[in-house]
Amino acid sequence: MTAFLARRLVVMALTMLALTFVVFTLVNLEPNLKKLALQQNNNRMEAEAVERWLEREGYRRPLVVRYGEWLINSVQGEFGHSTRFRKPVNDVLPERLGYTGVLAFWVMVTMVPGALIVGVLAGMREGSRTDRSLSVFSIATTATPEYVSGILFTVIFATWLGWLKGVAKAGDVTFENFTLPVMTMSLYGLGYIARMTRASMAEVMTSQYIRTARLKGLSFPAIVTKHALRNALIAPFTVIMLQFPWLLTGVVIVEKLFNYKGFGWVLVEAADNNDIDLLLACSLVSVAVVILTQLISDVGYAFLNPRIRVST
Amino acid sequence: MQTIGALEIWAGVLGQFWPVWLSLAVIMGFSFAFKGKLGLYGHLYDSGVGIAGIALVLFWILTALFADVIATFDPIEQFALLKRKPPGVVDAESGIPLYFGADNLGRDLFSRMVQGSRFVLTIAPAATLIAFLVGVTLGLPAGYYGGRTDTVLSFLANLVLAFPVILLFYLLVTPGVRETALPTVMAAVFFVFPIILFGLLFRTGYAARPLLFSVQMTLTLLVGGWLYLGLVFNADPLGIVGLDPNELNIFAAVVFASSPGVFRIVRGLTMDIKTRDYVAAAQTRGEGAWYIMLWEILPNARGPLIVDACLRIGYTTILLGTLGFFGLGLAPESPDWGSMINQTRGFIRIVPTIVLPQTLALATLVLGLNLLADGLREQSLKD
Repeated sequence: MTAFLARRLVVMALTMLALTFVVFTLVNLEPNLKKLALQQNNNRMEAEAVERWLEREGYRRPLVVRYGEWLINSVQGEFGHSTRFRKPVNDVLPERLGYTGVLAFWVMVTMVPGALIVGVLAGMREGSRTDRSLSVFSIATTATPEYVSGILFTVIFATWLGWLKGVAKAGDVTFENFTLPVMTMSLYGLGYIARMTRASMAEVMTSQYIRTARLKGLSFPAIVTKHALRNALIAPFTVIMLQFPWLLTGVVIVEKLFNYKGFGWVLVEAADNNDIDLLLACSLVSVAVVILTQLISDVGYAFLNPRIRVST
Repeated sequence: MQTIGALEIWAGVLGQFWPVWLSLAVIMGFSFAFKGKLGLYGHLYDSGVGIAGIALVLFWILTALFADVIATFDPIEQFALLKRKPPGVVDAESGIPLYFGADNLGRDLFSRMVQGSRFVLTIAPAATLIAFLVGVTLGLPAGYYGGRTDTVLSFLANLVLAFPVILLFYLLVTPGVRETALPTVMAAVFFVFPIILFGLLFRTGYAARPLLFSVQMTLTLLVGGWLYLGLVFNADPLGIVGLDPNELNIFAAVVFASSPGVFRIVRGLTMDIKTRDYVAAAQTRGEGAWYIMLWEILPNARGPLIVDACLRIGYTTILLGTLGFFGLGLAPESPDWGSMINQTRGFIRIVPTIVLPQTLALATLVLGLNLLADGLREQSLKD
């Protein structure tokens, strides 16, 4: 287990390095630097003045040197200065991440139990009418991206019925405010997890020990809750952990849609305004989230399922 | 301002789609009648989910084909007087109603929705196809050889997969990137794979028959080279194939984002199939590694790959919509559904119906593709 963990950690660090380097290169492409120079000074700057400004601000040094510098600073927790918000990145990002954390928490709290219930109900009697209708329901939710369902919900619940608000203010956790974004995000992810749970449940239900339990004369609810559920929930665990990267993209869409000023909103602002330091910090956060969840899902899977511990 | 009622709107819309209904009825009628002889496609007609999927997907394919007949107006024509008008308002000059109303610039939403299907249905399948060819060419050796090849390729694939899609697009699909050679280089790399794959396919299969083989290779190189020039460098000598810089940018980014997924699936399938007896038999016969991969493993992996292709086209449609929604890479007047959603969504408080045509269009197409994939999966499991 230790060797497995160590290997995973090395791969993770390598991935992190490679990804941040790619992001660093892309953010520092020549046209982006020029645009930044023009934005930071007056827009009618001559080419020569642009060059001089870039030289003075240190953007003309070799890319690898600057990447190394950024890396060392980031490890020490120093992420530079945001040109869009005109304050240090450390003052901007944590607050926004907190808002998004609240949103993501509510999404997970509603999505995961919902998906597991739907999946288990559909998978415990494969081919039944419940199974079919729940399957079509989960296909429909996976087929509807956030920017479609979010808008449809806004039209129905905010414009026509007037029950909920069409915009969500960050930091204000109320039913009116939060329902639409949370509903939009959890529905899109729900279908996918539910289908994985269903497949896993359906497989477990055909296994030998379930047949034994049946032949012993156990009642159907007892079979499902005592014998099937525990084994059926291993596979969805990985899927749930891997939902976090998706949640990140979903967060960006939903935050833009409902004008919720969290992490996704900051990312969009940084990208739109060529805010190099802030965009780098945002990328670091998103890549870290993705890689950490992958690690947790790998380790967790190995922990839950003793059979694969030996091989890796 | 003259308007028509809801009943007339729906009658008009249904009437405008007449070529679609006609072809849909013909195609599905014939397919249903001869479903026993049509293989996997025919089996789809045995389940309700499959029929629904085919109907939805065919509807949009046919709409894209007949878009010029169905659309009532030019999708970028603006009627200054009709801005944000509700469905059914009549254009005073031509007397033709704007069935779904007008958008924020006074453009006919119905025509834009119909014409928008063209963009999605050309880029999404094409990008998925290229992503598949890239994924297959790299996934087969990774799964077959294992070892170092696999380690390096899998690491690269995981690298791309660890990127949140939205961040990737914000970094790759920008006017700044378009000024550099990056999209062209990416496209140049991706479009080589189809040529390599077909070259290998013919070489391993037909090298013993020199005449046939040379014809195939010449054709591959000619057609491949022609498409390559047209798509990557926008320098088609015949002037038929071409991509604008922004379309090339989107294309390259979408292929980049989806080929690692294909790679993983192909790799997994190859690792599974290479343990089968017929592969061992081929190895004993002394067949080359690429012959085994392309002529023994690949055909036997087709079932799951077809299902995945359907899902992936749907996913690419969502990605294209996301790009439009964030206003990345597409021209502002382009009638694609994502951009339309983005441009009209600010007005839903005033005219709620203004966003409905494009959102429902996107949702039904993706739903159709997903249902189709589900139907295919069910049927291929039965075999």
